[in-house]
Amino acid sequence: MATQQTPNGYTLDTGGKRIVVDPVTRIEGHMRCEVNVDENNIIRNAVSTGTMWRGLEVILKGRDPRDAWAFVQRICGVCTGTHALTSVRAVEDALNIDIPENANSIRNIMQLSLQVHDHLVHFYHLHALDWVNPVNALKADPKATSELQQKVSPHHPKSSPGYLRDVQTRIRKFVESGQLGPFKNGYWTNPAYLLPPEADLMAVTHYLEALDFQKEIMTVRTIFGGKDTHPNWLVGGVPCAINMDGDMAAGAPITMERLNYVRGVTQRCIDFCKNVYLPDILAIGGFYKGWLYGGGLSGTSVLAYGDIPDRANDYSAGNLMMPQGAIINGDLSRVHEVDVRDPEQIQEFVPHSWYKYDDDKAGLHPWDGVTEANYVHGPGLIGTKTNIKQLDENGKYSWIKAPRWRGHAMEVGPLARYVVGYAQGHEYWTDQINSVLSTLDVPVDALFSTLGRTAARGMEAVWAAEVQMYFLDKLVANIKNGDSSTANTTSFDPKTWPAEVKGVGFTEAPRGALGHWIRIKDTKIDNYQCVVPTTWNGSPRDNEGNIGAFEASLMNTKMEVPEEPVEILRTLHSFDPCLACSTHVMSEDGEELADVKVR
Amino acid sequence: MSKQPNILILGIGNLLWADEGFGVRAVEEFHRQYDTPDNVTLMDGGTQGIYLVQHVRDADVLIVFDAVDYGLPPGTMKRVEGEEVPKFMGAKKVSLHQTGFQEVLAMAEMMNDAPTHLLLIGVQPVELEDFGGGLRPETKAQVDPAIEMALEYLSGFGITAQKRETPLSQGSTIACPIMTTEHYENERPSEELACRSGDERLILDRNWQAPSDFEGEMDALLANVPGETG
Repeated sequence: MATQQTPNGYTLDTGGKRIVVDPVTRIEGHMRCEVNVDENNIIRNAVSTGTMWRGLEVILKGRDPRDAWAFVQRICGVCTGTHALTSVRAVEDALNIDIPENANSIRNIMQLSLQVHDHLVHFYHLHALDWVNPVNALKADPKATSELQQKVSPHHPKSSPGYLRDVQTRIRKFVESGQLGPFKNGYWTNPAYLLPPEADLMAVTHYLEALDFQKEIMTVRTIFGGKDTHPNWLVGGVPCAINMDGDMAAGAPITMERLNYVRGVTQRCIDFCKNVYLPDILAIGGFYKGWLYGGGLSGTSVLAYGDIPDRANDYSAGNLMMPQGAIINGDLSRVHEVDVRDPEQIQEFVPHSWYKYDDDKAGLHPWDGVTEANYVHGPGLIGTKTNIKQLDENGKYSWIKAPRWRGHAMEVGPLARYVVGYAQGHEYWTDQINSVLSTLDVPVDALFSTLGRTAARGMEAVWAAEVQMYFLDKLVANIKNGDSSTANTTSFDPKTWPAEVKGVGFTEAPRGALGHWIRIKDTKIDNYQCVVPTTWNGSPRDNEGNIGAFEASLMNTKMEVPEEPVEILRTLHSFDPCLACSTHVMSEDGEELADVKVR
Repeated sequence: MSKQPNILILGIGNLLWADEGFGVRAVEEFHRQYDTPDNVTLMDGGTQGIYLVQHVRDADVLIVFDAVDYGLPPGTMKRVEGEEVPKFMGAKKVSLHQTGFQEVLAMAEMMNDAPTHLLLIGVQPVELEDFGGGLRPETKAQVDPAIEMALEYLSGFGITAQKRETPLSQGSTIACPIMTTEHYENERPSEELACRSGDERLILDRNWQAPSDFEGEMDALLANVPGETG
């Protein structure tokens, strides 16, 4: 039995059974997870691995910096807009380009709309099934479900027993036809599922309603981005013209009619998040409030870059409506300032990552970042390089680098943002948190858990939808004052650029702090480094042996059935992991059940 | 005939992964060469997963272009129709939160809105491990035949797409102007500049080295091809 103490306070024990989950399903990209469980099936060691090479940095070298957004938006299917926004901000920072107020409002609306969309889809379609059992929903009494629904969401109109019975029939037909579809690959007999059938039926009903509703949310980004599925972005502003008289001559301009349409969608987002999404989390949370695993670093080390500048071009903490700050050592009384430019603050380490630096022990600030592959394993590897049975976490074991803030492993994402906001006294967020805690009758520590992460996402969706409305009002008011400018093209011509510049753009992506650092030389990209949220959360160990947020969150969790990693999936999904840039060739067998090996 | 059916021609895949871009390139090229009636929508679905459900639900007829691992020789094109389609579209390595297109189809079905007619036109990829790369010649060569296949299928529904007298320029199709094949491939940084060391050969075999004089070797090879003179 070998135990090991990490500087960030965890006791790792590599004895007992080793459980391997590969791939972790229902996430973006490829991820593998290995844990050791003791004789009571409690996780005593956790190893999380990004199993795909992410070579984004190397494909942007030599490209036109004004084009970078289009490449980064193709990294993956979910962060499309937020990567594009981060990219144009980095280029604008490097070239000192100020954007018009309207562009700032429109970008915020698009970013907030993405937050709402991503959070909603994540909860219902990727995460809810870690808590909700659709097979059990077939046993529900529609009348009792209707009563539950009216109690939980009194303002949601769709609650008649007949409607719920119809949904149940639809699900039954689906399940009985043998095609569980999106519900397949679940562990539906696992005792970790605790909801009564009525709560399961209610949640599955909302799963379907959310699937129907989410299509509306996309239209906001289509209107401002001019194109469905992959909106357009522009260095210097936004690529949509404003023409309030409704003349369609200039391509796809913003008209009053379209702005009113956006207002309608925004209102429906507020309603759905307030009346259905957040109440569902509270209802489900009520049945699971004894399951308070998964907190990991959320109560000790959290980081937020901040986002949603109120006024254009001011990215200082005081102007950001999503807070900025860092909390370390669990001291919520002190929120540290965060400076993404400071070479001492954000550094990436690679001693346990499949990369090499000149000095593997050093940490590099992203402006000086190096992306050079070095696929080697430690001596404890079981299997071969192309057929890994068990990783050696003492050697290199992930394609994810280990970013650290002043040497600390940090959690990022909605819960990290809410913890920073709570510590700073962000009024709206503090009220939300207090209300959720009192509804569930749990102490503030309950926030630092898997469910706390899920609840923070739900609260944030409500906030984001409301702030989206604020920026819509602001946009309309500004246009009515006669300002229809949406882009500043004075520095668009590369001839006007200095020979060598660097810049940084940051945002809060739905899943956490996102930064792009760029160096431009002779009008081309010389170096481009992205530190994405899942790099923070999914990071492997660093040079000091600190474990990352995913790994920390799995520690000391009790598994009901080690062969069925419900608890692991539950906690990892609560981060909304995005290991991005996955290739997606389909296989003839058509099936991919997570392969779980116990050894 | 009553109401015209809604037809969606969808290209899916990730442009940044070499032959994984086949689906998107095929639908772009379809748009470049053909003008379609109003009830036909052409769409670059990328790796948008769940966000495509609404478009799939709106369609009565769905044609999908994609790179598919059929287990066939690289560059082989294969058409699959109707109920057979989902089993070729598994969840393997699929994007958007690992949502397979199979799952997107199942979600549409669960909403009682699955397309009535379904055609998958897939090509077995040659190369995927080239992040930032374009289609390999064998895959690119299947773009036109894939379009022909889609046209023939459309004609079964009485739909005729008009061949444009002059194809659209690459920048004026549904493609993002920055990501057009021309721009994407021609402005790709050189191997040396980009240090594209993510290549599997490099990662898995530290001793692998690129040919020192690639151009020279190619010239020498071509010089020996019979009939290729001058």
